[in-house]
Amino acid sequence: MAIFSKRKYIFSKGIDQYFTGVHSAWSFVALFFKEAFKRPFHWREVINQSFEVGLRSLPLITLTGFIVGVVFTKQSRPSLEDFGATSWLPSLIGIAIVRALGPLVTALICAGKVGSSIGAELGSMKVTEQIDAMEVSAINPFKYLVVTRVLATTITIPILSLFCSFVGLYGSYINVHTQESSSIIAFYQSAFSTISFLDIFTSVTKATVYGFTIGIVGAYKGFNASQGTRGVGKAANQAVVLSMFLIFIEELIIVQLANWIRYF
Amino acid sequence: MDKLQQHSIEYNETVISIQGLFKSFGELHVLKGVDFELFKGENVAVLGKSGTGKSVLIKIIVGLLKPDSGEVLVLGQHVDKLERKELDTLRLRIGFSFQSSALYDSMNVYQNLAFPLTMNMMNLSKKDVDEAVEEVLEAVGLNDKANQLPSDLSGGQRKRIGIARTLILKPEIMLYDEPTSGLDPVTSAEIIELINEVQQKYNTSSIIITHDLTCAKNTGNRTAMLLNGKFLKVGTFQDVFDTDDEQVRAFFNYNFIQ
Repeated sequence: MAIFSKRKYIFSKGIDQYFTGVHSAWSFVALFFKEAFKRPFHWREVINQSFEVGLRSLPLITLTGFIVGVVFTKQSRPSLEDFGATSWLPSLIGIAIVRALGPLVTALICAGKVGSSIGAELGSMKVTEQIDAMEVSAINPFKYLVVTRVLATTITIPILSLFCSFVGLYGSYINVHTQESSSIIAFYQSAFSTISFLDIFTSVTKATVYGFTIGIVGAYKGFNASQGTRGVGKAANQAVVLSMFLIFIEELIIVQLANWIRYF
Repeated sequence: MDKLQQHSIEYNETVISIQGLFKSFGELHVLKGVDFELFKGENVAVLGKSGTGKSVLIKIIVGLLKPDSGEVLVLGQHVDKLERKELDTLRLRIGFSFQSSALYDSMNVYQNLAFPLTMNMMNLSKKDVDEAVEEVLEAVGLNDKANQLPSDLSGGQRKRIGIARTLILKPEIMLYDEPTSGLDPVTSAEIIELINEVQQKYNTSSIIITHDLTCAKNTGNRTAMLLNGKFLKVGTFQDVFDTDDEQVRAFFNYNFIQ
């Protein structure tokens, strides 16, 4: 009995910590859904945070979306030329950008820019006792800091994703226009002719899931930061790495689900 | 300053009562059976070495940490058994001044002070909030700092604003965590004066966690010495100071004080 009572870990330190971490992360997600639907609602803070997320990422998303459109068109043209199918270029680019590249590029940029920022901000508030200060002032810090930020990323990132797709198509049009004369309306008509409602729906759903992931991972890492300033850096870094990893996993799952629905 | 003559303390009314409080962090046993009482209108200075659990004690009182065992009654309520809503209602009656001041660094002084008020009393008008902010800024003597960011304030000013932020909710109990740490002697004296003014003006009962003997002597109606997870001695500052206990004497560094 004495041996059992002195045991510090159920399995080993690493395995125990892994399961504790998984449990803590799921509890955090569950708490989000519990708090998100309870009064009071801090809508003003959600709007503030949405502006923060949007404005902070907009220049980079515009630039990246445009470049992705130009480069993807440039790379695709030779292959289509071999088959004499350059007229299919707008449709190809349209499908690629709306279905995959738009949401993915937006999510990866926001994971780096917004996710790290949420992780660092909340981490810094945690280690400087600002979160405790809210708690003792009878303010629910989870509701005020976490729920508002996660809602902001979940709402804003799909909008940014649609914008990124639009700019990406514009970048593609600029490239097409330098090679052959075509009107922008004809280009967009051709691009959208092959895009279905399911494509747009999947794209927005994906971006919504990515937005939620970026917000919740950043907030979780920040909210659980420790070890002073080192912990803040670690929280920001882990927020980016983990959210990017999860985004790729989610991409894989959602694409499979969308294909299943498409061919069902 | 003879505080007992200036301020009336109701020794028959307990605002905080702690019995047999234990708290551990893993293998580290911090509090090992603490018994303590704070009376209405009284200031108690809690002295002790770093890492003896002084801050843990007040974090348990305000419900930031859960005790392992023991009874913690604050204003007649068992803190560790309260639901979130009840705990929040109780917290509105307790002010907590952090060692690091814990000001919200993205907000200016006005917003820092108004925040607890607007979040807890949503029907207040802008005028009411302005007046409340002005009142507490005046109480801490920093009327001209409303538009400054915390990063633009000195250490002493940050402490004052931290205290003002707790006062805006008109608490009955004040918990000060190392109010004079990291401050020069002149600024420390100003904070000590402020703690006493708060006691007089707002009729608060306070626990002042400190290892600053000047602060303990000048703010506490009683002084409590926390060593090895228990209160070794509770009494007037002189009582604690005059004790024969080796560990307490070592803390006071008797010769140095003399």
